[in-house]
Amino acid sequence: MAEPKLNTSTEHVPAGEHKAGFPPFDAHSFPSQLTWLVIAFVLLYVLMAKWALPQVGGIIESRQKRIDDDVAEAGKLKAQSDEAVATYEKALADARANAQAIANQTRDTQAAAAEARRKTLEDELNAKLAEAEKTIAATKQAAMSNVQGIAEDATRAIVERLIGVAPSDKAVADAVGGALKRS
Amino acid sequence: MAADPIHQFRIVELFPVAHVGNAEIAFTNSALFMFAAVIIITAFLVLGTAKRSLVPSRLQSAAEISYEFVAATVRSTAGHEGMRFFPFVFTLFMFILTVNFIGLVPFTFTVTSHIIVTAALAITVFLTVLLYGLFRHGFHFFNLFVPKGVPIAILPLIVFIEVLSFVSRPISHSVRLFANMLAGHITLQVFAGFIILMGSAMGAIGWVGGILPFGMIVILMALETLVAFLQAYVFAILTCIYLNDAIHPGH
Repeated sequence: MAEPKLNTSTEHVPAGEHKAGFPPFDAHSFPSQLTWLVIAFVLLYVLMAKWALPQVGGIIESRQKRIDDDVAEAGKLKAQSDEAVATYEKALADARANAQAIANQTRDTQAAAAEARRKTLEDELNAKLAEAEKTIAATKQAAMSNVQGIAEDATRAIVERLIGVAPSDKAVADAVGGALKRS
Repeated sequence: MAADPIHQFRIVELFPVAHVGNAEIAFTNSALFMFAAVIIITAFLVLGTAKRSLVPSRLQSAAEISYEFVAATVRSTAGHEGMRFFPFVFTLFMFILTVNFIGLVPFTFTVTSHIIVTAALAITVFLTVLLYGLFRHGFHFFNLFVPKGVPIAILPLIVFIEVLSFVSRPISHSVRLFANMLAGHITLQVFAGFIILMGSAMGAIGWVGGILPFGMIVILMALETLVAFLQAYVFAILTCIYLNDAIHPGH
């Protein structure tokens, strides 16, 4: 990029100025320029290195530090709020579990109580049923024995009418008992 | 004559200071603008940041940007160790940038349009690289000229080329800046001369015709502003690259 421009500048040297004085190549001015360049450059270097750059750098650094601090602070606060949220959620979960437990317990107790009541009632009913069956059996027994008495009487009367002789009570009772047993 | 495009590069002795042997040391227009640059840069950075605001004003922001711009350049090209040369690179960059910009103002003088100035700066960089490299790495510094993995047969040739390119660095480093400044200012002056020439040769019509070269000057001014910044930046970044060689000569 420098080359073409360099060419144009060297073209201008003979065209623009008489031979003695193309100023940039005039060695007469070199000592002055070098002297003042050294003084100015060293002065500027010292001013920059000892004064200006530490000041500007310090400002940038303190701002960076402030930003970092603020970010760290924000991070800390976020961690705190996260913790609070976690605590809250844990409390919520605990309460929910507690409620669940109470509900379960209540349901179990209720169920057990109902079961017990049902069982007592059933037992009572069974007892009543058994009693009723006993009564029925007794009644049936009584009826049966009545039936035997009637059958004996009838048998005796029928035999007496047929053969004219009254059979003995024992024979009639045996015969009727046997017939009833067979039926 | 005013239209002479070389006139602007003349060194004017303002007052003599001393005689050293045959050489005369005088305070010149060049020295004046060097110190103007020193004052402007220092004022810009120190006064601009005097308030040390957390939220910077425009001037403070500009000062901080210049700081961070150069710091980023140094860090990216010469690594973290290169930051010890940050004040040096910053001084170089700001000095060249400021004298380049001052030179764009009409009737001023461009310090960097003199090869002796750019050469002195380039040789300072060259010597800094050489001395720091030797001081830091001793003879390992010369590994810089011996790239790894080169066949032994062509190694002498490669070393010769490496040494040559190393030694010619200050030449290209200084001539690039000098030539850009010189050529840019000559071009501006030539086009400005056309306006005067047309005006004095053709009267009113000539002044109207002068609009054309004037437009060129406006465009060239924009270009030269870019060049003024770019050359300062190129000088600074090349300095960083050369310093990187002194810090890490292994590759």
